[in-house]
Amino acid sequence: MAKEFWRWKEYNWHDENIDPRAGGVISGGADVGSVSSQAVVMVDGKLYAFSSMRTGSDSPNSALDSMNWALEGTGLKIEDLHYVVGTGYGRVNVPFANRAITEIACHARGANFMCGPSVRTILDMGGQDCKAIRCDNRGKVTNFLMNDKCAAGTGRGMEVFADLLSVSIEDVGDLSFDIDEEPPPVSSTCVVFAKSEAAGLLRQGWDKNKVLAAYSSAMAHRVVTLLERLGIEKEFVITGGIAKNRGVVERLEKELGLKGLQSDYDTQIAGALGAALFGKVLYEKQQAGK
Amino acid sequence: MITAGMDLGSKFIKIVILKDGEIIARVKMLSGFEQEVTANDAMKEACEQAGIESDAIDRIVATGVGRSIAPFAHNKLTEVGAAARGAIARLPETRTVIDVGAEEGRAILITPEGKVRDFAINEKCAAGSGTFTETMARALELELAEFGQLSLKSDKVIPMNAQCAVFAESEVVSLLHAKTPKHDIARAVHDAIASRIVSMARRVSVEKEVLLVGGMAYNVGFVASMKRTLEMEIHVADEPDYVPAEGAAWTAYDKASAI
Repeated sequence: MAKEFWRWKEYNWHDENIDPRAGGVISGGADVGSVSSQAVVMVDGKLYAFSSMRTGSDSPNSALDSMNWALEGTGLKIEDLHYVVGTGYGRVNVPFANRAITEIACHARGANFMCGPSVRTILDMGGQDCKAIRCDNRGKVTNFLMNDKCAAGTGRGMEVFADLLSVSIEDVGDLSFDIDEEPPPVSSTCVVFAKSEAAGLLRQGWDKNKVLAAYSSAMAHRVVTLLERLGIEKEFVITGGIAKNRGVVERLEKELGLKGLQSDYDTQIAGALGAALFGKVLYEKQQAGK
Repeated sequence: MITAGMDLGSKFIKIVILKDGEIIARVKMLSGFEQEVTANDAMKEACEQAGIESDAIDRIVATGVGRSIAPFAHNKLTEVGAAARGAIARLPETRTVIDVGAEEGRAILITPEGKVRDFAINEKCAAGSGTFTETMARALELELAEFGQLSLKSDKVIPMNAQCAVFAESEVVSLLHAKTPKHDIARAVHDAIASRIVSMARRVSVEKEVLLVGGMAYNVGFVASMKRTLEMEIHVADEPDYVPAEGAAWTAYDKASAI
């Protein structure tokens, strides 16, 4: 089988220093996106375990697989989770979830947890859509705009380019800066047209990195227009898979004239993290009502 | 009088030569990466077909996305103007021209004289263009001609959720995995593109008679979907992708006659 350049690494992690059996609330968040699925487990509001993997063609299984993977090595089973919130594109297809909450609410809540209460604007750059979200100091959504109609400005678009140029998706960001001078952005908005434009540029003798740079800045520009329509208020943070691509992030920050907040947490799990945080609150409400 | 029209499209270069208003040569070549070279080759071949020397042409008008680099053109004409003039030459009763090419879709409202009254273009997105169909045919592992034919076998309506060609490709793959018959998927794809083109056309309004031109008009599946979506009869041009080049040749003829 040919090398799949778009294929990013799947991973899981858990914190050995936390004892999930100590009696705290164990809440779960399952974010089934169109491209990737993330699962998060929190113990008493502390991040305990997470995983990120590719969404398969069957979303109930993707939710299960990712949660099982997050729990791998923890000794916990899905039945041990007190409350699970499903989110993302496939949120209604999380068989073990107690409730479903939109990914917009979850990303805002997750970003608030990751970067603190000063966050007001979140840009969630996902696999198949891109959302600009405004929130208050508690991570509650006040407004949002999204592009879910077009692959330009999404992770899927970047995967198409990685494949076209035979560059591993993880290397795209660094390589796009390995150039002599910043080229003008590609002029096509549409990924399909940008692909033919890129093929033409390669034919003209541009090297791969220069083409990546031109595409990354076009993508950054596209997302900036979405943000500007919504209006940006500081502090600003980028979540989702594209947040890991410095080729897009740094060009976007340059065009905005604004730096995004950094977080110690993995940006891709923001949605699942928000879901798990909602899970804890909902569980406590449920218990109090009993 | 001999006049020529050349249409430098994103996928093909088309040349038409008229002698006193009669078509004497028609040539089509893949644009390739060096459009200028291709344009020269195509012109040479057209002259051979017409049995004339290239300097025998009184006037040449260029159109298409690559018209600015067209060698030896006396005048340049927009794609909209070219499609309108070409349509009126083919069918004088035409009032709405729908031109769907490789990378662009256009709806043009014209006067009985072939003047443009209003138009709408989609050039930003592959969803309303021939490229969309090609991408989907590839996902289904079908030849283009086969793809159009196959969709006629379906009487099912499956809505496509995705607009974007990139997303639609994954949707087609999911439909295949769900064991949806290929002919039903083919129809879903053609319905999707037709609905995009029709909603664009309705922005300028659709008046009778409607003439469908551009390379997509070769696709019988797309034509059927267009008729269904528009809920009216439409005319489909023969050799539909030559219509704008003919329009350019006719414009050259009009200009040369006016002198």
